[in-house]
Amino acid sequence: MVYKVKKLVLLIIVHTFLMSVALSCIFPLLWMVNVSFKNNYEFKKDYGLQLPKRFDFKNYVRVFKEAKIGVYFLNSVFYTFVTVLSIVFISSLAAYGFSRLEFKGKNLIFYMFLAAMMIPLPAGFVPVYILLTKLKLVNRIGYILAMTNMGLSLSIYLLKTFFDQLPRDLEDAAKIDGCSKLGIWWNVALPLVKPALGVVVIFNSLNVWNEFVLASLMFTDENLMPLQVGLMEIYNKNVIDYTLIMSGLTLACIPIILIYLRTQKYIIKGITAGALVG
Amino acid sequence: MPAFLIFSVFYIYPFFYTLFLSFFKGDAISYLEFVGFNNFKEILLYDKAWWRSMYNAGFITFWALTFQNILAFLLALGVDKAVRTQKFYRVVFFLLPILSEIIIGLLMRIFLLSDPGVLNHLLERLHLDFLKRDWLAPQSALLSCALVHCWKGFGWAFVIILAGLQSIPEELYEAARVDGANAFQSFLKITLPLMIPVFTLVVILTILGTMQAFAMILALTRGTGGLTEVPVMRIYNHLRTGQTCYACSEGVVLGLILVIVAFGMLKFSKFARQKYGL
Repeated sequence: MVYKVKKLVLLIIVHTFLMSVALSCIFPLLWMVNVSFKNNYEFKKDYGLQLPKRFDFKNYVRVFKEAKIGVYFLNSVFYTFVTVLSIVFISSLAAYGFSRLEFKGKNLIFYMFLAAMMIPLPAGFVPVYILLTKLKLVNRIGYILAMTNMGLSLSIYLLKTFFDQLPRDLEDAAKIDGCSKLGIWWNVALPLVKPALGVVVIFNSLNVWNEFVLASLMFTDENLMPLQVGLMEIYNKNVIDYTLIMSGLTLACIPIILIYLRTQKYIIKGITAGALVG
Repeated sequence: MPAFLIFSVFYIYPFFYTLFLSFFKGDAISYLEFVGFNNFKEILLYDKAWWRSMYNAGFITFWALTFQNILAFLLALGVDKAVRTQKFYRVVFFLLPILSEIIIGLLMRIFLLSDPGVLNHLLERLHLDFLKRDWLAPQSALLSCALVHCWKGFGWAFVIILAGLQSIPEELYEAARVDGANAFQSFLKITLPLMIPVFTLVVILTILGTMQAFAMILALTRGTGGLTEVPVMRIYNHLRTGQTCYACSEGVVLGLILVIVAFGMLKFSKFARQKYGL
């Protein structure tokens, strides 16, 4: 009996602690959404802590009309889509090659990729930016190339470990049936590593979507800016228009949170995998 | 597979080019002059603002190492026990790390600014008046940066530590219980020693990550005139204003310091493990 009471008390303490921290995570986000439905006068009066009397979408209309958030949003979608597509294509081919082909210097090149992942290159954006300036690629193509490059090493590493675990018998069977090497890669190996591909896709999408530094160096034209740079731009132009900024932030959060809730298992797997390598 | 070759060139060339440029002066595009080790001399001996930025980053790292990681460890311990609600907590805690640094930075800026004063108002309501302050004013801006950084980052450390906790086989605890160990003893003799590799990993990644943090602080305070400036922010600004080579030297200095710290930590943890026979 005493044991049970003790256990219950402990449980309550633990859960209070957990819940209060969880609340501190969620509260500011809810507050953000709440403020985005108010006008600045209401916000100043109740600090955005009371629910709005009616849902006023005026800020959202303004953030589209005056602040071009639609353009930034579409840019981000475009960059993310193209980058992730090329990362998946290149890294799955390369990882398959590392796993199955024998060629000179294979290990050396693979360790080079690993090293690129592990050596902290602070401000890695400096050389990339200079390189792109020299190649006259300070535009969409350059940005996509650079971002693809950043995501490659971790993706290759992840996929290689998966390819290494695949049984070779399947591939031998395909070879006997007259399948080419690329055919095996496309028809046999890729479908079998779908879970790993999921991790690669989601992990890299988040990276590209959230990238700020390189994009802010490269894009001075508003029509090319991705969302993160665009948000800073919106803030700089409407410093005291808090509710307008909040609606912009809400719009930027929504896709990430939706994708996250659907795929959090993959994301957490990717993070742990990425961490355990380093 | 010529794909690797192209992309390893994309990696390796910029790396050495940065090293090369760090011995020069100018913007690397229209003007370049060899100055030997002058840049490094300038940074290490005379550039007070650089050391101030290193101090700032170190201060934030200190908070991240202690406050953020201890909080993450406690949360992970709690969640590890709370079997039924584990998934919920994991999803909630990991929400902040996946949101972009810009979103968090701008959101917290508006939350902390003293003009609407939302946080101060909240503290007043909770009768915590002694905590009230002008959060983004020069004297407390650095502390705010550190706290927001911890708030955004603890979920990430939590996920890794939780994965570590769950990889400890249950049989060990059962064996200990059979031998008559109480919960505290088995925590001390099983959990802590087995978690040391995970702790080392989290510590190293925290140091590397926090010393390079930048976008969040830019959005939150934009440097407060040097008082919350971090090294990467200096590099970024020098690159923007055309002092490309100086930015490269700063990048090299920061990179070397980080590599030394990371290897030092690894060596230290190996040494400690051997000494105590863990």
